[in-house]
Amino acid sequence: MDLHYTADVATDDERAAVDGLLGPARNGVSGAAARRQRHLLLPVLHALADRIGWISAGALNYVSRRLDVAPAEAYGVATFYALFSTTPRPPRVLHVCDDIACIDAGAQALCSALASTFGPAGESGPDAAATWLRTPCLGLCDRAPAALLATAGAQHAMVQLAPVDAEDLARAMTGTSNGAGAVPRIGGSELRLLRRVGKVDPESIDAYRAHDGYSALREAFELGPGRIIAEITASKLLGRGGAAFPTGRKMDAVARAPERPHYLICNADESEPGTFKDRILMEYDPYAIVEAMTIAAYAVGCERGFIYIRGEYPLAAHRIGHAVAQARRHGFLGNDIMSRGFRFDIEVRRGAGAYICGEETALFNSIEGKRGEPRSKPPFPVQAGLFGKPTQINNVETLANIPLILLEGGAAYARIGTPDSTGTRLFCLSGAIAHPGLYEVPHGTTLGALIEMAGGVRGQERLQAILLGGAAGAFVPPGALTMPLTFEDARAAGATLGSGVVMLFSERVDLPAILRRIAQFFRDESCGQCVPCRVGTVRQEEALHRLASDGTSAGRKGDVLLLDEIGRAMRDASICGLGQTAANVIDSARKNLDLFTSEAQQ
Amino acid sequence: MIRGPIPQAPAQPPKAQVEITIDGTAARIPEGSTILDACKSLGVETPTLCFLQSLTPVNACRVCVVELEGSRVLVPACARRVEPGMVIHTDSERVRHSRKMVLEFLASSVDLSTAPDAQRFCERYGADPARYAESDGSAATVEQPVKIDNQLYVRDYSKCILCYKCVEACGVDAQNTFAIAVAGRGFEAHISTEYDVPLPDSACVYCGNCIGVCPTGALMFSSEHELRARGQWNEAEQTATETICSYCGVGCTLTLHVQDNSIVKVTSPIENDVTSGHLCVKGRFGFSYVQNRPDDV
Repeated sequence: MDLHYTADVATDDERAAVDGLLGPARNGVSGAAARRQRHLLLPVLHALADRIGWISAGALNYVSRRLDVAPAEAYGVATFYALFSTTPRPPRVLHVCDDIACIDAGAQALCSALASTFGPAGESGPDAAATWLRTPCLGLCDRAPAALLATAGAQHAMVQLAPVDAEDLARAMTGTSNGAGAVPRIGGSELRLLRRVGKVDPESIDAYRAHDGYSALREAFELGPGRIIAEITASKLLGRGGAAFPTGRKMDAVARAPERPHYLICNADESEPGTFKDRILMEYDPYAIVEAMTIAAYAVGCERGFIYIRGEYPLAAHRIGHAVAQARRHGFLGNDIMSRGFRFDIEVRRGAGAYICGEETALFNSIEGKRGEPRSKPPFPVQAGLFGKPTQINNVETLANIPLILLEGGAAYARIGTPDSTGTRLFCLSGAIAHPGLYEVPHGTTLGALIEMAGGVRGQERLQAILLGGAAGAFVPPGALTMPLTFEDARAAGATLGSGVVMLFSERVDLPAILRRIAQFFRDESCGQCVPCRVGTVRQEEALHRLASDGTSAGRKGDVLLLDEIGRAMRDASICGLGQTAANVIDSARKNLDLFTSEAQQ
Repeated sequence: MIRGPIPQAPAQPPKAQVEITIDGTAARIPEGSTILDACKSLGVETPTLCFLQSLTPVNACRVCVVELEGSRVLVPACARRVEPGMVIHTDSERVRHSRKMVLEFLASSVDLSTAPDAQRFCERYGADPARYAESDGSAATVEQPVKIDNQLYVRDYSKCILCYKCVEACGVDAQNTFAIAVAGRGFEAHISTEYDVPLPDSACVYCGNCIGVCPTGALMFSSEHELRARGQWNEAEQTATETICSYCGVGCTLTLHVQDNSIVKVTSPIENDVTSGHLCVKGRFGFSYVQNRPDDV
């Protein structure tokens, strides 16, 4: 394309960062061949952020030339992601979580302490050595409060810090911090998905093979694609990412799609506040995910797969990357997997701070090097997904179930749990719970029994409410402890299991403040494409703030009714699930906890 | 010279018809049509803001949503294609509520003073944007200074509803210049050149096709902007004269909008086969030679 560039020029370091990923410019491609590399835009922007700390106009011009992308479009992509900066920024950035689980663990006091020592969030000058920012949920709620330290440079690093205190954060700002790799707390009544977590070395393929590893792939080759899908259909496995779509039906549709190639994607952009199950699976049993992806790819006929890991999960990305490389070296990925003539490989992609990219069509756009804006459905991913081709996309935990199904058979799997909610389920317990962590129980276990497994409510506190399913989920009252944890019982209770979040709030928590933080989350994370979500999330947050301030009773009543009206429009008219669920917790707090009822009746 | 019969294009096979029901009326609609096409053919007026027949639907504004039986959420009429057996309601309470809210969201955050279509829709659906700022005036807006960085057109993003039409017209739907894109995210999403550089430093070629598709007057001829600022813009007094552009052999149809015997802006009819409403910098802005009258010197 005959593109136009400004006069800004990349520095040597910036060129080196880009060339490190794309190869030397003199060997590079141009024209249509360069445009076919558009999908490398996000990895290249990561390379710049890692090396330089921010993305300058000169660097973006260089990237645009190498990939033959219009600079305005590349700028649109770079400004979409919260982890990237297009203005100068110190090399060390401390992201401090101030989301709902961390608020309960004292995040506000930590932020105040940082502000008094180092100035307000994001306001240190570009010449400072470090700056700090507030961030939405980092997926470390089992160890709240949490932070993430990103250090740019030739020796760049990203380290998860949790739990942290004020001293840890101050040390991180001054550059003397070491990330602690605590083994997560896991529990439950029946460890199936978690059976290797904390017990088997996640970096050793031999250890994995010594613990059942790759026996399911061997079984898969015996069964053949048709029978694999039949077993998964018989297992009645439903998606664990939040939407609960039947996995077998999705696989069948992709396998039958006449258009080629087919793509496989593991959606590891786990960003739902309160969710950390996929992170723990990837960090502590990465080969299981690689094996499951290989089985799924064989079943639906894919040669190329992607795992899209949220940008705030450096350890998961490292462990999965390591597992992919080891699997390739040992013939479990590549041109002739297990000498069965099957060809498949996996590329690891990192997100860059955008909750919306967990929405499947936004994730496709993100991989393709575009802004992570959801697409209109239909067409559905099984018809036209990544690069416009039929695409199988599944959540990490969903995929992790597949080897189990093949080893024991779909019918046996379906006997676990309840008739309509089969198998076990991972639940992320956080907030006012004695032992926060990841728990695995069969579907049908009651909410109360699950909470008892985690030691019950913390200390002497009294339970006020439980958030199920995350920011897009719903509040249920303490009376819901008898509810069996199944898709159908959650629905009947006006809630959802969503991504497995079970966050407890005691009576000392200011619930309207939690609602305001969730409303802010949706406002910050809306992609901005459609009006109901772009403006509705703002108007929703404003109404909640007005309700928190002194107003007339007529004004307060009006705002409560306005919240209902905004919620209905977002639910009905938004393009994607983000806008459609952005009012759910507020709605559930009204219906299930009677919040704002007195205001509405005045 | 001997001429044979004039060759005829092979007859197109008739398009299959799809049976659907709109507001209780059964209709047969050609396969591949959108719900919006179907509504038009039945005389059902559907509000649209981000839709334009010459551009790829982005279905971002959501003002055209309709209720489709069996669908959990409302669907955009502009992009959703008809399927056999669809039962559609275009004026149910749900539809009217979402349309009203979308219009209130826009009218409470964007200056719609030069967007007559949007104003008309607001009236039709009873939108009350004032209620968002009633108690304390706290409603966020996109208000910002007008960008004036060249002689031909101004960009007043206080009036931008983010319909994506200008981006599409600058890109593959018309001009293939790619000077602008959507940058930022959420309520801070906005139309921008790279690093927000002024238009003269950007890839802009001043075709003005972005102005041609803008539904709210956020993009405007400098001539119109200046007349409006002086309170002299008077659409009722203007005449529209069609002519053919004299610059090259393409033969684009121009519509000259004239006020007080001066050309104040140039457009092209969207249904014109040659232009689909799009022009180049010469046709769009190169009109001053027509009115180099002795008095003006």
